[in-house]
Amino acid sequence: MKVQGKVFKYGNNVDTDVIIPARYLNSADPEHLKQHCMEDIDPAFAGNVKTGDIMVADKNFGCGSSREHAPIAIKASGISLVIAADFARIFYRNAINIGLPIMECPEASAAIRSGDQVEADFDSGIIRNLTTNEEFKAKPFPEFIKRIIDEGGLVNYTKSKLKGGI
Amino acid sequence: MAMTMTQKILAAHAGLPSVKAGDLIEAGLDKVLGNDVTTPPAIKVFEKMGVDQVYDKDRICLVPDHFTPNKDIKSAELSKCVRCFAAEQKLSHYYELGEKGMGIEHVILPDNGIVFPGDVVIGADSHTCTYGALGAFSTGVGSTDLACAMASGQTWFKVPEAIRVNLTGKPGRYVTGKDIILHLIGMIGVDGALYKSLEFCGDGIKYLSMDQRLTICNMAIECGGKNGIFPVDDITIDYIKGTNPERFSESDYKIYEADDDAEYIRTIDIDLSEVPLTLALPHLPSNTRRAEDVKDMLIDQVVIGSCTNGRWEDMVMAADIFKGHHVRKGVRCIVIPGSMKVYRKCLDEGLLAIFDDAGCIISTPTCGPCLGGHMGILAAGERCVSTTNRNFVGRMGHVDSEVILSGVPVACASAIMGRVAVPEEI
Repeated sequence: MKVQGKVFKYGNNVDTDVIIPARYLNSADPEHLKQHCMEDIDPAFAGNVKTGDIMVADKNFGCGSSREHAPIAIKASGISLVIAADFARIFYRNAINIGLPIMECPEASAAIRSGDQVEADFDSGIIRNLTTNEEFKAKPFPEFIKRIIDEGGLVNYTKSKLKGGI
Repeated sequence: MAMTMTQKILAAHAGLPSVKAGDLIEAGLDKVLGNDVTTPPAIKVFEKMGVDQVYDKDRICLVPDHFTPNKDIKSAELSKCVRCFAAEQKLSHYYELGEKGMGIEHVILPDNGIVFPGDVVIGADSHTCTYGALGAFSTGVGSTDLACAMASGQTWFKVPEAIRVNLTGKPGRYVTGKDIILHLIGMIGVDGALYKSLEFCGDGIKYLSMDQRLTICNMAIECGGKNGIFPVDDITIDYIKGTNPERFSESDYKIYEADDDAEYIRTIDIDLSEVPLTLALPHLPSNTRRAEDVKDMLIDQVVIGSCTNGRWEDMVMAADIFKGHHVRKGVRCIVIPGSMKVYRKCLDEGLLAIFDDAGCIISTPTCGPCLGGHMGILAAGERCVSTTNRNFVGRMGHVDSEVILSGVPVACASAIMGRVAVPEEI
């Protein structure tokens, strides 16, 4: 599967408090959360993001709290993929679990700039910067994670397991 | 195959003779935890899964502590959702506000004797890593993981690599577990232990009480750690004897020890006698300074409490400093005992009177201001010295407010002086 979109670029240690501030966690409704996504570091994000756009950041994306509201807010905003040099571990699990596509690629995260048009292929892991004509290869997912993704997420995986299918 | 303490616990819970770093395993869970923010989305997933019952009604702990007593209608709905689910599922570890065992999740789970050495615990709260202080493996997850764990009693883990933190020497006066963990985070950065275990060891741990160890493990997540863990020693055994004599008498716990030749990707040596009173300036827990060096910073508020520093010893330290002193005019000082037990002990032993005489605001147990929920939100331009765990942009209120993280003695001295201060000044 391929996605393509305009890039919103952020730096190191984008924490879950800026992805979705705790003052908005009194509801887990994606429609409510997306209105406040990135509000404290990029107040224009919620108004400017379009379906299919791509978020790119540097190291340790999603550090901080375990709130699944963070990847839910990003996904509900219309973001089709988050590329980072690496992800904080709870955010990584949560993104896989709720079906927000993520890719780890330090080279792409270093080279891609805000506003670039980027295309990515989930199957091959190839990330292409259409603005600069550069190509990058993301780290492949471990087999076990691929199995969860193939099952359609952790919920389906657990369902199959409880039924004795796995 | 030589294993770390964490790896041994995980291997045992996965039913495997051994594991190595990088292995993906499925492990059985002794306890599964959620709060009022993370549990409602998990309940939705649980219902969608079409599962009728949790895997074990005695192993799910639900603690409404974040936005409670409810700050608004929406958060009241969240608590109601958790309350109804707990009643339907007949959960034995649901904690209602005001009950004797109630409080902030990571204060009450150890203190009520719910977690013991050798347990594996996951919680939909990043500070679930706190229980490593007891020689257990515990780590934070999200709501979907919580839902699946409530249904199946299992979850998947990538077996972590480990960093050994060798603590030697005796900490100086007023130097607490908080100073030690902030010092470590300052050394390695907010991603310095990403995906890894922090395994504490060394002669210095005998000087660290259980409350100090809980504070240290609590903040393992602030350098990206999967878990922080202490070896089990006499201090651990004395603690669990007190928290749950019944479980203790049944020997329902297991002591795991790292192999001598276990592999660590790095060893960090810290001489506790050289750890200064440490704080973290905005906006990262790794932005550490000696408190001594930033004494000119004026403040508007002080918060003493949270899952990091709301325990009995924290309250005792605070009372020792506040006794005979008063919070500086123009500063609000909010004291939040971390549980009803801690609150009651503060009441019985006269600590609340000391706080009241000093001009502190005393709150019922809640996470409240730590995550900018309620009970002490900051306005634009305001600065707070706080014993909580995060100082990210907007964490305690307005995006232009600032949080400085510190241990209890520095927070109390700062409240009295109206600026960043050290207890020796009082």
